[in-house]
Amino acid sequence: MRRAVVVTGVGAMTPLGAGAPRLFSEWVAGRSGIAGGVGTCEELEPGDLLSVKEARRTERFAQLAIAACEEAVHGAGWGECVPFDPYRVACVLGTGMGGTAATLPNAAATAVATRYGLRGPSSAPASACAAGADAVAIGVRLIRSGEADAAVVGGAESPLGDAARAVLAATGMVSRTGVCRPFDARRDGFAISEGAAALVLESAAAARERGAAPLGRAIGVGTTCDAFDAIAPDPGAGAASRAIENALSDAGIGPGDVDYVNAHGTGTPLGDRAETRALKEALGDRAGAVPVTSAKSATGHALGAAGAVDAVATVIALAQGVAPPTLGHEVAEQGLDLDYAGDGPRALGSGRSSLVGISSTFALGGHNVVLAFEAGAPA
Amino acid sequence: MDGEVTTEAVEQRIFEILATFGADSDAVAREATFEQLDIDSLDLVELAQIVDEEYDVQVTTEDAEKLTTVGDAIELIASRMS
Repeated sequence: MRRAVVVTGVGAMTPLGAGAPRLFSEWVAGRSGIAGGVGTCEELEPGDLLSVKEARRTERFAQLAIAACEEAVHGAGWGECVPFDPYRVACVLGTGMGGTAATLPNAAATAVATRYGLRGPSSAPASACAAGADAVAIGVRLIRSGEADAAVVGGAESPLGDAARAVLAATGMVSRTGVCRPFDARRDGFAISEGAAALVLESAAAARERGAAPLGRAIGVGTTCDAFDAIAPDPGAGAASRAIENALSDAGIGPGDVDYVNAHGTGTPLGDRAETRALKEALGDRAGAVPVTSAKSATGHALGAAGAVDAVATVIALAQGVAPPTLGHEVAEQGLDLDYAGDGPRALGSGRSSLVGISSTFALGGHNVVLAFEAGAPA
Repeated sequence: MDGEVTTEAVEQRIFEILATFGADSDAVAREATFEQLDIDSLDLVELAQIVDEEYDVQVTTEDAEKLTTVGDAIELIASRMS
């Protein structure tokens, strides 16, 4: 039997504040961390985690990663010493752009692996906006395959420098109004933000053995590529839809089992339309029966961190039975007719003992990663 | 740099820079060794860049390797300014 994977810790540093609980509570409350069209993590205090020398030599995206991982590892109850053979713990942290020219994109993965002495498989996926979700997918697969017993996974990004912002502006996907309104008829692009998020994954058996209390279960992974364009999504959304189907099939569930969709929802005219189409194709009638909400309306789009931020938010949403709203969604567009919850949060899956959610990530370059999570009493 | 820069001024500036590198400012003194202050070769490369910018004095990697104490660095820089 395939090894089951549980989530035992989560962490996030986002423009909504320090910590995964803040990410979720501020988003549910309808507060946005975007100011002047940009989302900055003002609550990052590198001095709390790093010596002056370490902080000076660690790029901001890696500092964000360390903050998120520290929270996740602490939340998992790992303490000072990792409760596994260090060669059996993976460390996979994605990023879209990495740091500046002074460091390589693996800086966050290296810094975190070194901090906790994680000596198992380690890498830094760079699949643009899907990098953080890819890291989660890799962690799940490493644990299932038996190559690792646990994994610290996530993503980090700090693309607020002039050069990074110029590159992103050149894609034509950045909002000119500075307001991110996913799925709304007036949407004009995403708001650039920085951030990081991390999850501690463990084999269910190993977590049980050490008496850990899982927050949820990572039950499915689906990954495909549009093979269409460097920037634009395939409007036919065939590969995106297939990624959703693959995640459900990997989890051994059907569309009717899904209670919540944590959408990629960046607020670009093309992307939100393609995503809605993919959801309708993969979920059928169920797509219109569940909340489909985008954290980017509150956090902005932190590229390589986004998939991990979404994964963390999904796990918390399922554990609490609440879908946060899509901020700024007020004006419907023809064909974009799912429940984006623009008017406020939604209660999830009344009467169910466990809830299932999917977190979808459809990146620049066509990398599609869909993660399925479950929380509550196992079915 | 315009005008005379005294050795005392250089000393003051080097002390400040070392503190921003993370050295304990109470322990920074002429007699202190870079090893005691946990100032490593990467820090010294950066110190050399600042000194080049602010005083137009070049300290090479080979020079830096020979420096043991903070005083060694101050004297080398001061000697090259005159």
